[in-house]
Amino acid sequence: MSIYKDIAWNGLWKQNSILAQVLGLCPLLAVSTSLVNAVSLGLATILVMMLSNFAISALRALIPYEIRIPVFVLIIAALVTVVDLAFNAFLHDMYLVLGIFIPLIVTNCIVLARVEAFAAKNGLRASTLDGLMMGVGFVWVIALLGAVRELVGQGTLFSGIEMIVPTWSMIQVLPESYPGFLIAMLPPGAFFVLGLLIAGRNWLDARANQRLREQRLHDQPPAATTAVA
Amino acid sequence: MSEPIEVTQRESGVFRISLRTATIMLAFTLVFTALMAGTYKATAPMVAASTLAEKLRLIGEVLPAATYDNDLMADAITLPPQASLGLDEETRLWRARKAGAPVALVLEAAAPDGYSGRIGLIVAIGADGKLIAVRVTAHKETPGLGDYINPKKDRNKARPWITQFSNLGFDTVPREKWRVKKDGGRFDQMSGATISARAVTNASGRALAWTLENRDKLFALPANSRFEARSTP
Repeated sequence: MSIYKDIAWNGLWKQNSILAQVLGLCPLLAVSTSLVNAVSLGLATILVMMLSNFAISALRALIPYEIRIPVFVLIIAALVTVVDLAFNAFLHDMYLVLGIFIPLIVTNCIVLARVEAFAAKNGLRASTLDGLMMGVGFVWVIALLGAVRELVGQGTLFSGIEMIVPTWSMIQVLPESYPGFLIAMLPPGAFFVLGLLIAGRNWLDARANQRLREQRLHDQPPAATTAVA
Repeated sequence: MSEPIEVTQRESGVFRISLRTATIMLAFTLVFTALMAGTYKATAPMVAASTLAEKLRLIGEVLPAATYDNDLMADAITLPPQASLGLDEETRLWRARKAGAPVALVLEAAAPDGYSGRIGLIVAIGADGKLIAVRVTAHKETPGLGDYINPKKDRNKARPWITQFSNLGFDTVPREKWRVKKDGGRFDQMSGATISARAVTNASGRALAWTLENRDKLFALPANSRFEARSTP
């Protein structure tokens, strides 16, 4: 398996920032109240993670080990500020939607975690890919979380999409008379759904391991098994 | 005899390393501060232009362009910080007229007591003393919960929450009833997010009261002058 395939698999599933590392919960829980909000924050996060992994991988030879953390924090904060300003200037309509989420990215420790664990030790291409894949791993989980919370909380999907694509509108999944389950929109609801997602991941992994073990037992001739034992 | 010298050497080595590390940290700080400052400077005109365009669009939302015929941007006065409007910085107040006769005042106001801090508002108040419309310009209320104060995020598209203030004055809703129902007033709030609604309701009431009090003076001041509150004794 090539290193790039490994990086992708780690970001999307094996080392998934939320499901495996359980990092970056502050923005995750705050913003995953609807699918559109969740994906919006996720996309901005991907951008910042790619930029910060790239910048720190490029500068890693210049950063002394003892002060790496303050330098990383400095670089990440500067990049988030630049992204924030650039969105405000060049993509103002999108900034009106995403604007409140961009500063939240600084509070996402997954950005610092990847910089420290990966970009500080690896080359430019691998680091940028790691930023992208960790970001995509973050997005699909936060999107799922947002979708479940929105569906349970207010019975819709894609509410707020008209602010990004004016011709689209939200989908009323459950009947209009659905009263809404407020707790799904509140922080405790986020914890419940997140807990279920992590449990689901662990269950899938456990099942896969079980299969693998059975497969091995099945493939090996009985004699060999006793020999190993 | 050799011992003190060794210690001195080691100390100077530590000192040199510390100095080097501090210099590198300083260099990074300077470079990235310069990057931020440069981006800020480069984007400031575009940000200002988009903010102005956004402001004009917002004015258009609270006050239909057909109701006046003067140039709003030219017929404006400067408002020093007004505590009763919740403002802690200078703002502009625009005056709409038709054939020279006063039509409406458009001003900014703020509710300092939102669920997540300040809620910025823009309010149009007619010369007849009625609130024409109010819109939220900036807020940090919980997405999906308190953000219905922004009609774009309100699920009720036909009659968004914030439109219930439109065309009301203290003649139809008495000052003491200009509150959310939970506080014994006239205005609806959404369950689970009363604080956002209360903040906007109270701030719009305060803005209306302040404007009524100063209405004649606000219309009479020459363009581009500065409003001064009644001289305090």
